[in-house]
This record gives sequence, C-alpha cells and structure tokens, in this order.
Amino acid sequence: MSDNTAGAASVPLSKTALSDLHVVRGGRMVGFAGYEMPVQFPPGILKEHQHTRSAAGLFDVSHMGQLAITSSTGNMSDAALALEALLPTDLKSLPEGRQRYTFFTNEAGGILDDLMIANLGGRFLLVVNAATKDSDEQHLRANLPDTVRIERLDRALIALQGPKAADALSKLAPQCTGMRFMDVRPLEVCGVPCTASRSGYTGEDGFEISIPQDAAITIAEALLADADVEPIGLGARDSLRLEAGLCLYGSDIDTGTTPVEAGLKWAMPRSRRDGGERAGGFPGDAVILRQLREGSDRSRVGLLPEGRAPVRAGAQLYQEESGGTPAGYVTSGGFGPTLGRPVAMGYVPTSLATPGTRFFADVRGKRLPVDVAKLPFNTPDYKRT
Amino acid sequence: MLKFTKDHEWLKIDGDAVTVGITAHATEQLGDLVFVDLPEVGAEFAMGDNAAVVESVKAASDVYAPVSGEILEVNQAIVDDPSIVNADPSGAGWLFKIKLKAAAETESLLDEDAYKQLIA
Repeated sequence: MSDNTAGAASVPLSKTALSDLHVVRGGRMVGFAGYEMPVQFPPGILKEHQHTRSAAGLFDVSHMGQLAITSSTGNMSDAALALEALLPTDLKSLPEGRQRYTFFTNEAGGILDDLMIANLGGRFLLVVNAATKDSDEQHLRANLPDTVRIERLDRALIALQGPKAADALSKLAPQCTGMRFMDVRPLEVCGVPCTASRSGYTGEDGFEISIPQDAAITIAEALLADADVEPIGLGARDSLRLEAGLCLYGSDIDTGTTPVEAGLKWAMPRSRRDGGERAGGFPGDAVILRQLREGSDRSRVGLLPEGRAPVRAGAQLYQEESGGTPAGYVTSGGFGPTLGRPVAMGYVPTSLATPGTRFFADVRGKRLPVDVAKLPFNTPDYKRT
Repeated sequence: MLKFTKDHEWLKIDGDAVTVGITAHATEQLGDLVFVDLPEVGAEFAMGDNAAVVESVKAASDVYAPVSGEILEVNQAIVDDPSIVNADPSGAGWLFKIKLKAAAETESLLDEDAYKQLIA
C-alpha cells in the first residue's frame, strides 16, 4: 500500500501552546505550514466532523498569523485608507467591533492571501493563513506608509465551532452570547483577557478566540471539560470547510485566481467598485473591476461526483466521457461526512458553470461523472441576528 | 502461512490461493475508509502493480499486488461498506484473492516478526 499519510519533515516543526495537550489527547501530529499539528484524534475524521456539526469542536489554529495594525497619527482612518490600498474592501465603514473577510491582491488581480480583518477601535486585527503569514507581513511592511505600525501578535488562537459552541463558551464567558456573526470584541474567558469573534471555517455557528500564550492550555482544558466539546484535527477542519463551500488558500485560491473567478465578489463592497466612493485603488484593480463588469471566463463551482469515489484536488474535468481536452480542474475534493458522499470544488468555464452541468473527472484514468452543484453543500447556521 | 509486505499488506497463503488485505497499522494510519476500488475478477497483475485503491476522508492510497497472478475473488462487502476494513482489517476486511503464479515471489515477503519490527 502506498504511504501518502506520512508528512516529510526536513526542518524542525514549530509547536503551538497546545501541542502537549494534543499529544496527551491522542492527536496524530503531522507537519503543516511549519507547525506540528494534529490531523486527527482517536475518534477519527468522520466522527470529529459529525461531532462539530452536532455539538461543538475545539480547533487549535494557533499556527495562523495575527497582526495588529495601528496608526501613529492616532487617526485610525489613516490606517484604514492605507490598508485599503492593499485590500479591495471597505475599512472606513467597518464599525468598531465588526470584522470582514477580504484578501490581499496582486497586480494581476490574483490573490496573495485571504484573511479576516477586524476593527477593534484603536487597531485593526488581521488573521491570515499560516503558510503566508511571513509574506503577508513583508507585503504590509513594504507597502504601508511609516505612519502605520504593524505588529505580529504572538498569541494562541482557538476556534470553537458547532451548534453547542455558544452554550459551552458562555459558561466561561457569559458575554459571548450577545455577539452575532462577524462581531469581534474583547472577551474575558476564565478571567483572562482575550479577543473573540463570532466566526469560523466550518459553516457552523462558533467563535475564534485569540488568547495569551500562557493561558491557552487553561482555556482549552476548561472548554474541553464540557461534555459537548471535543478536540478536532485538521482533517475534519478540511472536510467541514469543504462542505461549507469555503476556499482553502493554496488550493482553491492563489496568485493565479482572481476574486471574481473564485466567486468572492460578495466580499468586495460597492464603495470599491466602479462608481463607488473609493473605486479601485488596490493592486490588480484594472483586472478585477473589469471582471466585475463583464464577468470572468472561468468560475469556481461546487462539484458533486455521481458515484462513491472521491474526486480530489488536481483531477482534470472533461466535457467528454472519453477523449477531448480538459475544460476545468478540481481544486479541493474528498468525502463529505455530513452529506455521506464525495464533494468537490473546482474551476470550469463560466458558460458551463450552471448547476446540473455534467463533467467527467479523470480519476486514475477513469472518467467519473460529476455535476456542477450550488455552494455551499451544507447550509451554514450562522448567528446572524 | 501469513506473510506481510513493507507496504503494509498482509497475505494468507493457502496453496496457490492468496488472500490479501491491509494491516491494522495501515488502517490506523489511513483513518476511516470511505471508498474502496477493487480489481476485476480475472484481471492479471505483476508483483508491485497497482491492484486496488483504498480512500480515507483525507487521501487515496494504492494497494499493490503483493505477488504476480490472476484475481480469483474480490470482497464486495467492503465496497458496499468500507468501514468493515477499519473494523476488521485482517478478517472480514480482506480485499481480494489472487492466484499465485510464481511461488518464489513469496520468499521476499516479510514474516510476522519482521513486519512487527518494521512498524515498531
């Protein structure tokens, strides 16, 4: 049997504040973006996935980057405008205590990274991907004026996700129940000052909590003491976000895909589009604004394989059952435990992006039927009101 | 006679009929299986050819023909319910039976002690 599961670790891996806790709880540790992270715990990916959908899962996402942005002028709108030169979002209108999903773009309109940005009053908090956090920080330092200060925060980050997440967190931090989806605020958890947002990467209600390193174990243990809360590994994190139709940077989006192609138009507010108050003025604006007007040649779509075989990232998509040339390709794919069937995402020509359109995915030399499907596969249950 | 490969397959050799499965160690590494693709009965493989595929939520892994020969039988039950392989990898979770073509090929296989050392 081929051994695809072993992670090749040539450089020493960094540990998070929760590494020991993962090992004690039987986490199988693998290298991921330079960190030793649990890919799964003893129940296994299927059960961890289902537990998150039915109760609450605790995810260590401390490998992600946390950056604080402040303005030495004391005026946060200076920092907001400076950041808007790198991000096609609206920070001037982002109220204190709210966050938005956005992305760094490059001159070609491609995506350098996707991120959450929160307005915490005197500062913006950016949460960026682990594999890109160094290049993101360099990008900010190279492109923001000297009056904007950038600070890498050395803090742990825990995501608590699932229908029981609010119940579990409210026992340690009663104030959390007043938050709605995409709210961000300082929150005392077990008496420790943290910053929490009501958001996540699973398609479930939940929270992401930025915690001082030395309190991470205590808070994680306190959350895990709740019978509804189980630790969840990266494997289930991936299957959960795939069912929720959420992009994985480096797979579904990268420097070669634009936000319009990726179906992320919703994240670009009117004020930065044609006719808006601050239209354009971000890297790649010519390409992105044109695609917003005219559409893009290709689009990211959901894909449902007809059979039981998972169709995974890299598979080519054909219109023909045999012969022909690839019309598209799969960027994420696997088994969707909630749906009980394989699910995938990929890029196809926009003219063929209508749900129900049939393609054939090349899997080990066989052409397997897959149909374009609406995203998300699993309807999210966010706490919007 | 029970033999193993370094690729985490087990073989029960009964005359020239060889039952092949993946080891408990392999299923632990793979996690929950969600899909199994087995060869056609009658298909011929050389030792080391890809004969089957087992897929977990996370990844697909090839299963090699541990000896050369013709497929005699496949385990349809695990196609219908791949979790059988996780539950009973060395029993009900067998993959296929292959007709041994060259007995000499079994000499390069590992015995149980050697396999246990490999995964220790």
